[in-house]
Amino acid sequence: MKRSTIVLIKVIVWAACLGPLAWLVAHAVSNTLGPDPTETITFTTGLVTLRLLTISLAISPLRRLFPKLAWLIRFRRLLGLFAFFYATLHLATWIALYAGFDLHAMEADVVKRRYITVGMLAWLLLLPLAATSTNWAIRKLGGARWNRLHKLVYVAAVCGVIHYWWQVKPGVLTPMTITMILGGLLLARPVLALAQRRKPTPAAKAARV
Amino acid sequence: MLIGKPTLIPSSEITPKDQYLNRRRFLRGAASGLAAAGAVALGIRSLADVFSPGTSVFAGTKLQTVPSPLTTTGEQLTSYQDVTTFNNYYEFGVQKNEPAQNAGALPTAPWSIRVDGLVKEPKTFDIEALLKLRPLEERVYRHRCVEAWSMVIPWVGYSLSEFIKQCEPLSNARYVQFLSYYDSRVERWASQTTIQWPYSEGLRMDEAMNPLALLTFGLYGEVLPNQNGAPVRIVVPWKYGFKSAKSIVRVRFVDRQPPTTWNEQAPNEYGFYSNVNPNVDHPRWSQKVERRIGLPFYAQRRTTLMFNGYGDQVASLYDGMNLKRDF
Repeated sequence: MKRSTIVLIKVIVWAACLGPLAWLVAHAVSNTLGPDPTETITFTTGLVTLRLLTISLAISPLRRLFPKLAWLIRFRRLLGLFAFFYATLHLATWIALYAGFDLHAMEADVVKRRYITVGMLAWLLLLPLAATSTNWAIRKLGGARWNRLHKLVYVAAVCGVIHYWWQVKPGVLTPMTITMILGGLLLARPVLALAQRRKPTPAAKAARV
Repeated sequence: MLIGKPTLIPSSEITPKDQYLNRRRFLRGAASGLAAAGAVALGIRSLADVFSPGTSVFAGTKLQTVPSPLTTTGEQLTSYQDVTTFNNYYEFGVQKNEPAQNAGALPTAPWSIRVDGLVKEPKTFDIEALLKLRPLEERVYRHRCVEAWSMVIPWVGYSLSEFIKQCEPLSNARYVQFLSYYDSRVERWASQTTIQWPYSEGLRMDEAMNPLALLTFGLYGEVLPNQNGAPVRIVVPWKYGFKSAKSIVRVRFVDRQPPTTWNEQAPNEYGFYSNVNPNVDHPRWSQKVERRIGLPFYAQRRTTLMFNGYGDQVASLYDGMNLKRDF
């Protein structure tokens, strides 16, 4: 793929990722975040986190299914870092607007409320991934170890979805869509791996002939 | 400019009034869903008047009110816009903005409340009769949702006790149950949840007879918009909002605590009493603070008051009770 095309797509991805933040800031300035601005900020940052995580997890299966889309890998780090960025905004909203910077309130929340416990865990799992996202860190860790560490993203994504389910009222099914998509993507990995093992390699084919 | 001479219409061609009303009623039935949804979308509050002849009750109609000593003072009212577009009414969608878009489908006329159970004799009250039963009072109340947000709303109605007296409950009636309108064909959104419909709520008799409990017909001096529980609902200001059942079609007097929707759905999260209580956390969040609707994000947070600030009037109802256990 041409370098200029990659640059163009990068610009589009950056704009798309910054879009929700720009929207929040613009509406916060004009005080048009809706009747419950705190909730709008929390919901938006949380949902964008889950969506970005899901999109970043879609890249590997897509590349396996369509080898022509191999270049997608160039955007995975960007998407993952933006997911962490929105997760951090989401966490900051809780600290500032819900707990009001009250350490006791925060401690009580983390200890008593499982959706906050699991949400906090998801953010903590993303933290080392964001910290080791540089080329330098990949070299330093070595590809295999880096890969193993970054498998944590699956755990983080599952924690994120559980956080969503535990936060909504019992009987409310709004987290279903993202759960199904994420479940599909996680399931796609073993399924694709199995399918590829079954498929004889060109060398094996040649040997049989 | 030439204006044509008015033609005289022969009396034989004039539609008799009852037929004309019937035709309007038919049109209204056919158009009400679309029209009301459109009206809400366009922010037109008087469109309903176009379709409402005579005594029928429709959202946006002005109500005559008298002042009330039971009104809450010293609070800034939440805007009409926010009160009518930020609603929990799961039969019309689980998102806060959905009821305002979908509740136009609720057929609010004709409307009546059936009263049965432990009463002298079962009765049915038409909405027109209920509106005339007592003078309508304007009562400003704080409204605290269990989800930790709050509003200040000028309701229109009279004490629920006035209505209960007309129901003539028997002396062994200890609880009163309120059942909301439910039709799965009208309220198609209800199936997005696992809740058993119709929506049911209940109060102990002494709670229901407390003068603060309001039989409510309007807000901001007008007939209730459908998403706010038209044409008649209860408002129990010292309890979390979900105790204040909307669009009531049936009232039952019973001797045992009736099943109530959210309590059945998650008994560990929503108690039967559900009095506003900053000392009893919801399992998923603290009830010590609340977010006032309609303020900028940095100004929303405030302390939640015991019994939502109505302790002087209602605390004695719970003397000797352990409110941590009976939350």
